[in-house]
Amino acid sequence: MRQTLIAATAIALAFAMQPVVAQDKPAAKPAAKMAAKKMAKPAVVEEKDAATLEFEKFRAKMIEDGNPAELFEAQGEELWKTKRGPNNVSLAETCDLGLGLGVVKGTYVQMPRYFADAGKVMDAERRIVWCMVEKQGFKAADLAKKPFAAETYTPEQTSLVTYVAGLSRDMKFAVPLKDPHVKEVYEIGKEVANHRAGPYDFSCNTCHGVDGKRIRMQQLPNISSKAGATTAVLGWPGYRMTGNRMLTLQWRMGDCFRQQRFPQPGYASDTVTSLLTFMTANANGSTYTGPGIKR
Amino acid sequence: MNKRHQFSILAAIAATAAIAAAPAFADSSHRAKAMTMMKADFTTKGQATADRIYEDGLQAVCNRSGNHPPEKIAKQLEGDQMATVKYPADGKLMGDWKAGEKLAQSGRGFTWNDAPGSPAGGNCYNCHQIAPSESSFGTVGPSLFNFGKLRGNTAENQKYVYSKIYNAKSYNLCSEMPRFGHVGALGEKQIKDLVALLLDPESPVNK
Amino acid sequence: MSSPMKVRAQVKGDYADIKILMSHPMETGQRKDPKTNQPYPAHFIQQFTVEVGGKLVVQSETGTAISTNPVFGFKVKGAKAGDKVVVKWQDNKGESRTDEATVS
Repeated sequence: MRQTLIAATAIALAFAMQPVVAQDKPAAKPAAKMAAKKMAKPAVVEEKDAATLEFEKFRAKMIEDGNPAELFEAQGEELWKTKRGPNNVSLAETCDLGLGLGVVKGTYVQMPRYFADAGKVMDAERRIVWCMVEKQGFKAADLAKKPFAAETYTPEQTSLVTYVAGLSRDMKFAVPLKDPHVKEVYEIGKEVANHRAGPYDFSCNTCHGVDGKRIRMQQLPNISSKAGATTAVLGWPGYRMTGNRMLTLQWRMGDCFRQQRFPQPGYASDTVTSLLTFMTANANGSTYTGPGIKR
Repeated sequence: MNKRHQFSILAAIAATAAIAAAPAFADSSHRAKAMTMMKADFTTKGQATADRIYEDGLQAVCNRSGNHPPEKIAKQLEGDQMATVKYPADGKLMGDWKAGEKLAQSGRGFTWNDAPGSPAGGNCYNCHQIAPSESSFGTVGPSLFNFGKLRGNTAENQKYVYSKIYNAKSYNLCSEMPRFGHVGALGEKQIKDLVALLLDPESPVNK
Repeated sequence: MSSPMKVRAQVKGDYADIKILMSHPMETGQRKDPKTNQPYPAHFIQQFTVEVGGKLVVQSETGTAISTNPVFGFKVKGAKAGDKVVVKWQDNKGESRTDEATVS
């Protein structure tokens, strides 16, 4: 199976120069290890089955050894700083993520927010796409054509979101709900989550409206609660081991609608932003652990 | 659209009007904005057509009442839903529990990446514990383990289970459970097989 | 175009812990495009080398059994803070990439 990511952590190679230290028990655990452990700790106190616990152990080990998401952060950084597009400008010099031109650090946990230049509340990916179109001159339709990672392809905006998200690691979610624009979109998002329709009469809340439920073995976070919303937004953007793909929350919302038996929501649309505003603001105050690893 | 369906929508509209007079459960202006927005944002993909965003009468009533419509309206509309249940012409409600178990395992159907017209699964284990051999079960709905053993394999219960699967909303208007027969996800034979899975004394559910 | 690797090298007592995260599709040639049913062409790293402080410490041959975006980790005795770590890979299409890090 190709999901196996750590292919050769233990390389039994004979080093010509120096013998390898086979066993080590350092007294103090390395900082990275501690951080990874902390990360894996569930934000919600709920009953966890053995499979979930095993996966969390695995995830902690993966993050410690090197989360592939970091590769996309590095690519995103390069894309952010390079002059590109028909207008030959960089996002670094033209794209305001809400905390001023040139500032990336801390912006991810403060989105969705209202952007006066666009007259819209936008989540991180939507804002980046907006900048790519308005500043760099890319065509919106082109960016929306293949917006999510597929078999052999990762869209540029995915790497860019991962880079921006990485610079909010260990910071607290702080969606500016005091802004009436944001509050309005939050309330609309709440209604989207409530909306039952389609052949199976499902809404987001059919599965994600109460605590402690499961579909098969999958725990379902209650996105209306702080703990549940935190579980839902943590780890995104995430490297999905099913298919080795880097995926964003824009993709995740679409996949929820698919399972809800709904039609397809527009990429970077008001509907997706409203849901993300509702969920992320409900997680306000929780610490973002950075781009993650998903099953 | 058949006549029964039309009637049920008319009743729903009347019910909606009645709710509007009662204290508002959801903020109607945000709701209206959400509706306008969703109608603009969703597009057809595969078999998932854009019009799935629109509510039918029952969904409208549940959406506008926070899934708790006034009792009187709920009772009336549940009756309408019950009227949609089509029982098998041969009068037999029990099928093959083995086929039922297979069907209960499948969660396929109706999403934009399911082939149009491909048979839908029962989706049962997604939300219910059923046979003890399957440990990967959901908890959105109640456990159905030992259902027949506890309730009895009576003609009355067979009718209850058949109609519940056919249209769960005939018992609880805003139930989270889909209306499998009503929307054409499951046919007569399939529902019979699921009835057998729950009620047949030979089914592992009742061992 | 190949993408940068992530190389981390930290001194822990008398050895350095080195972790390398490579960005590579590692296509086996067996996987098929679901739309066309044609296999994706094989594309994988065939060999990589690691030098620490100018000395070759790892020379490795790799194949299609290794996952997408692979991680390699090992310990090198005697490496000091400030030593330069140079990682170089080459794949079956003749592409190669070199990235550097410093032991900290």
